[in-house]
Amino acid sequence: MTDLLDRRLLFVTGKGGVGKSTVTAALALLAAEQGKRVLLVEVDAKGNLTNLFEHPPVGFDPVAVAPGVFVMQLTTEASLREYLKLNLRIPMVGRIGPIAGIFDFVANAAPGVKEILTVGKVCWEVRESIEGRAPWDLVIVDAAATGHVIAQLDAPRTIRDLVQTGPIRNQTEWMMTILSDPVITALNVVTAPEEMPVNETIELVARARTETDVPLGAVVVNRVLPEPFTVADEPVFAALGDGVALDRLHQAAGPAVDTVLDAAALAVALRRARVPHLDALRAGVDLPLLYVPYLFVRDHGLRATRMVADALGAELGL
Amino acid sequence: MTGPGRPVVGLQALLASREVVVFCGSGGVGKTSTAAATALAAATQLGGRVLVVTVDPARRLADALGLDGIGNEERRVPDAVLRAGGCTPRGELWAAMLDTKASWDDLVRRHAPDEATAAQILDNRLYDNLTSRFVQSHDYIAMERLYDLHSTGAYDLIVVDTPPTRNALDFLDAPQRMADFFGGRLLRWLTAPYRLGGGRGARFVNFASKPFYQIADRLLGTQFLQDIAEFFLNFETMYSGFVGRARAVERLMQDRRTSFVVVTTLEGAPLREAEFFCSELTARGLHLGGLVLNRVMPEAFTDPAVAAAARVLTDDPTEVATALAATGVPALADPVAVARVLRTVGTSFQQLAVVATREAELRAELARVPEAVATVPTFAEDVHDVRSLARIGECLLGAPLPSVRVRADAGAGEAEHRPR
Repeated sequence: MTDLLDRRLLFVTGKGGVGKSTVTAALALLAAEQGKRVLLVEVDAKGNLTNLFEHPPVGFDPVAVAPGVFVMQLTTEASLREYLKLNLRIPMVGRIGPIAGIFDFVANAAPGVKEILTVGKVCWEVRESIEGRAPWDLVIVDAAATGHVIAQLDAPRTIRDLVQTGPIRNQTEWMMTILSDPVITALNVVTAPEEMPVNETIELVARARTETDVPLGAVVVNRVLPEPFTVADEPVFAALGDGVALDRLHQAAGPAVDTVLDAAALAVALRRARVPHLDALRAGVDLPLLYVPYLFVRDHGLRATRMVADALGAELGL
Repeated sequence: MTGPGRPVVGLQALLASREVVVFCGSGGVGKTSTAAATALAAATQLGGRVLVVTVDPARRLADALGLDGIGNEERRVPDAVLRAGGCTPRGELWAAMLDTKASWDDLVRRHAPDEATAAQILDNRLYDNLTSRFVQSHDYIAMERLYDLHSTGAYDLIVVDTPPTRNALDFLDAPQRMADFFGGRLLRWLTAPYRLGGGRGARFVNFASKPFYQIADRLLGTQFLQDIAEFFLNFETMYSGFVGRARAVERLMQDRRTSFVVVTTLEGAPLREAEFFCSELTARGLHLGGLVLNRVMPEAFTDPAVAAAARVLTDDPTEVATALAATGVPALADPVAVARVLRTVGTSFQQLAVVATREAELRAELARVPEAVATVPTFAEDVHDVRSLARIGECLLGAPLPSVRVRADAGAGEAEHRPR
């Protein structure tokens, strides 16, 4: 799996609430630590990816948020503006407002149009970088959630099938070439050892195979809880909770030790409840699994991002 | 009067006085299970006919409620299922799943002027794509279906789980956006060449000089635009039906019989979104019934006395282990193993205490939120049966947490929405 970061384009998806953005940011940080110049693309999101770097929100133009990590926020309108400027040479000064409005309407109504602007911009950055005209070694996309990512990745094909002529159709070809090249591109899924995220991950991996040509990378299992006790330790822990043993514990540490024991029991139970989901994931997905432990830290800023990056680095053998 | 000492309105009073309660919050916070638990609690504690409408329940939960593979129809959860889960039903619990595609098809059939037009719309190759993507159609259809179910008058209480959206407010805007979309100038522009040119299949020629068509044509090609325009010409026949309906849905959301409950965990991002959602609901004149803090660590984990006890185990395990070995309990005979376990017990607590402290800090910042209704602790097990739903239900309808303060200026809005 050491070659994951040697690709040029990584999409990261996942169900809401599993930590998709954190893992995306951590991958960028890790790649940058490996000496790569990384463009991190936030797609139509709430603009809080930069929080993970303790940096204020950014716009369409990439801004350095950490050494080697640049973040841009990709919006359909900004992509359209750039596209029209580059490809159609349409004079846009003062005109983009109404045209964007009209386009937004068409894009809302027509399948794949919004998505192609997003994916198109991302692919364009990758192509320009490969050909030496843009500075990125790696482009990482904080992509749509599991429910919408297929539509996003499959947009070039959707457009090619729907639009018979015109410049957009002509450009779907090179986009599809980039998106389907396993040396260049990988779709990665972030999940958590819980029922819904695991089910969605298994379904998504299957759909990505049948409905797109985009190669799959790894599944990142986030928030994995540690197993506190070995098999040999379990009866010891069980014996602490009652009778004369508990009396001794009270003498040594006070009655509040009951809550300490409760916490340890909760930690064990939380871990146990997640085991079947981990098993289901392993059985249902034949991709490399990268485990990221649950972070017992106070804040969710750069420090937490770095811890996730370190965990991913260890999993990738870096 | 409002203030820190004022008792907050419990969820029980809310459920007893409202006809529709909408659960919202960001993805992954446990909205679906909270909504289902609320409905179950209402059916067992308050009685009446209670319906829970859910969007995408976990498979095992759907199975437990008998929702698996039933499509768009509401079904009664058998009393035997409730009893097997330890609940004594006073009323009836019904459950329905939201099938977006089936709901859209129903809507088209209802509002199309005739069967031929309905068939043309349903057969259009854009239709599937459109209904799954445009103008937050998922959100709209959820609200539309809610309206439909409410207007049957068959239920005393409808509890709704909202679809996962990138922006939690999308579903509130959906009816308005739908009306704007069909009433908008843009739709007329797009379909104008076909109208004036003598109906469907007319060419773009007359409009080639206008910049909009020029650009659209260069980007997308004439054929594609024509497909879109044809589709919307058909769709437009449903305009008045759609807009009238969208307005009615909107009125139901604003009705005093409807209330909103925001669900969140005590984590940074979901909580920020929840707070934003609370203030936005109030700004829109919608009734914020309360906030559910889900999967919260026990407050005792932040107790300094407990932390001190844990330190004894982590710092001095050998001494304690020796004392325990002396008890003669066979499992505790090996002081080395016991010391190892004691240290692990202490560190396990310390790890969870970090989470509990983080949560307590976030909760303390919650002073800006108008009302808090309930806190549901972290349960080790997944919520996948009636028994675990009932346990959440007890937390939801139990005593409200006095430690969560009420916003000082909540008084005025509050009076209007006091349960009858």
